[in-house]
Amino acid sequence: MLILARRIGESIMIGDQVEISVVDIKGDQVKLGINAPSQVKVYRREVYAAIQEENRAAAAAAPRSLPHIEGLLEKKNPEGPAGGSPQLPRKT
Amino acid sequence: MTMKIRTKPYGEMEISERQRLIFPRGIFGFEELREFALLDAAQPPFYWLQSLQRVEIAFVLIDPHFFRPDYSPDVDPAELEEIEIRTPEDMLVFAIVTIPEDSSRMTANLQGPLLINRRTSVGRQSISTNPLWGVRHTILEELALARRGA
Repeated sequence: MLILARRIGESIMIGDQVEISVVDIKGDQVKLGINAPSQVKVYRREVYAAIQEENRAAAAAAPRSLPHIEGLLEKKNPEGPAGGSPQLPRKT
Repeated sequence: MTMKIRTKPYGEMEISERQRLIFPRGIFGFEELREFALLDAAQPPFYWLQSLQRVEIAFVLIDPHFFRPDYSPDVDPAELEEIEIRTPEDMLVFAIVTIPEDSSRMTANLQGPLLINRRTSVGRQSISTNPLWGVRHTILEELALARRGA
């Protein structure tokens, strides 16, 4: 792995189209600025890894016969699990 | 035009050519799988996304609006452009479902929606930029909430 030391305001180029600059450093957190063409996707590593992992889990778990949602709903207590259902964030 | 395929849930079956989908980049974690068939499951509201390259790989899908009427994938417009989705009518949206042993705990991945251009049958998995959407939404709980709110 290539390791480079950079100060605030300095940047690196990856190829000739992707620029990553150090915008700010506070404690153990580094703020990065990324300039890249729109077809270059930039994600936090953990988001990408979580989706990959969930896809693998979904493929491994997929049963041959699927549950009936209405049947499952009827089995559940209409007031939800003990302690009440979690309040989900709703879009406004 | 029909074609004969092998499927994980239903064995050998015939599908129409229109059910065949191409994911040019595969899906995350399965980048080598590019050809799929979209099948209605015997149990609505589910669908199957069956790999045509590896019969043992099949994903259970659901329309996220079934349990989250407020869902919108909120992906980078460049990702829509990549599969030539120009109007909302072009787009089909599905979430991949994970079904654990206790199927009442099944979850849907709303952070990584599958987007399909229904004109061209080309699809991709995208990453939502909306922090509301995670990879494990418990379908039954959110469905119960949606119905209570309705």
